[in-house]
Amino acid sequence: MIRRLLLALAFLGFVLPAAAQQGSIVVASTTSTQDSGLFGYLLPLFKGHSGIDVKVVAVGTGQALDIGRRGDADVVFVHAKSEEEKFIAEGGGVKRFAVMYNDFVLIGPRSDPAGIGKSRDIVEALRTIKARAQPFISRGDRSGTHIAELKLWKQAGIDIEHDKGPWYKSIGQGMGAALNTASASEAYVLSDRGTWLSFKNKGDLAIAVQGDKRLFNQYGVMLVNPAKHPYVKKAQGQQFIDWLISREGQKAIANYKINGQQLFFPNAGDPSA
Amino acid sequence: MPEHLSALDLVLTGDPALFAIVRLSIAVSFSAVLLAAVLGVPLGAAIALSSFPGRDAAIVMLNAMMGLPPVVIGLVVYLALSHSGPLGAWGLLFTPQAMVIAQTILVTPIIAALARQTIEDLWLEYRDELTAMEVGPMRRIATLVWDARFSLITALLAGFGRAAAEVGAVIIVGGNIDGFTRTMTTAIALETSKGDLPLAIGLGLVLIAIVVAVNALAWALRRAAERLAG
Repeated sequence: MIRRLLLALAFLGFVLPAAAQQGSIVVASTTSTQDSGLFGYLLPLFKGHSGIDVKVVAVGTGQALDIGRRGDADVVFVHAKSEEEKFIAEGGGVKRFAVMYNDFVLIGPRSDPAGIGKSRDIVEALRTIKARAQPFISRGDRSGTHIAELKLWKQAGIDIEHDKGPWYKSIGQGMGAALNTASASEAYVLSDRGTWLSFKNKGDLAIAVQGDKRLFNQYGVMLVNPAKHPYVKKAQGQQFIDWLISREGQKAIANYKINGQQLFFPNAGDPSA
Repeated sequence: MPEHLSALDLVLTGDPALFAIVRLSIAVSFSAVLLAAVLGVPLGAAIALSSFPGRDAAIVMLNAMMGLPPVVIGLVVYLALSHSGPLGAWGLLFTPQAMVIAQTILVTPIIAALARQTIEDLWLEYRDELTAMEVGPMRRIATLVWDARFSLITALLAGFGRAAAEVGAVIIVGGNIDGFTRTMTTAIALETSKGDLPLAIGLGLVLIAIVVAVNALAWALRRAAERLAG
């Protein structure tokens, strides 16, 4: 039966694109890099340079690393340094390269029901939201943004697992879904700036807090370990990484703008990033 | 897809990205229904004509499997096709073929269950005649499937509707890769997450229009065939 099914699948090959394309790699990445339009801008440039097609599977950082762990992607491009270092330490990836950064912003209703004011202090803002039990939407999906949010609650001295009330809603979905939910329920939400800028359903939402050093958002890229996963396209995957951190790739990242605003800041040369 | 465009603009200007997505949606769901028909119709017919212990339980199971959650099928196929899974060597994860496999599993029970019911009803009508003619079981099944062919089209359409409408399975095993595994439903999910609700709704209307068109085509074919058959 399986054999027959396979034959039928082979027969269907003519209506569907070829399965194992030469010169293509799979990159597991985050929704922010795709939804902000960065990949739509970068990948054609990389293809022009190398001839390699990059297929992006855009999921949360946690899931992207899991796809890498199973050997189902060639490259992982995410934003949660602590998780990335764990991934490398486990032998899931070869080496982590810093690529670029942007920042997180706290989004909330324009009318500022929590009374955060013009504060730049994210930790103080979170304390205010909790004290006044203002609605807050959490990604709750082990994404880079979710991990960053949990870290910020910790810095605010709040044990969110323990202290959360009905005002704190964990939706377990992507950045766009979280912003949609916040927009519909007049809630606060932490977002990466890229997704926020390109998001089209802002409604009554605006940036409540930005510019705090603790809102820094670093992106890193790693080749999935070919020693562990023989299917990994080592040469092409590494070529993509090398291009991202090259002068040309870094310039391309800096050139990507929405409404004249730069979304990502290349910093491959920064040894501490 | 270009920004600040409505779905209507995309249709009217013949946007190639939109047409690639529509083409892939139809190709994947149509292939899945074809495979599911090859598997499901004989299975349904065999159950309709046979008696064995536990037959009632088998029918209940088959009917219940019409409601298999796509996301669970997607997850099972994902784990099977993953490079760390039993079928990893096939290298099919994140390809249209993986989407066909997942949708075939989803649609086969629907076609099998509906075919079983249709053929069993017909069997009650034909039983005396076919028994008197002393034809073998294979021949019986062939006769019944042939005579039920117009009713079975409805079963195939039910399967196609289910396949074309689901997002849970294809987004997991296909990965919603731009220009490669992005279908109508995963594109709608993506545009929703980008906050472009008007474009998402527009794409939804395009999808509904396609499903209506496929059904209209099937209906016209059926009428034409019935007329030919007298």
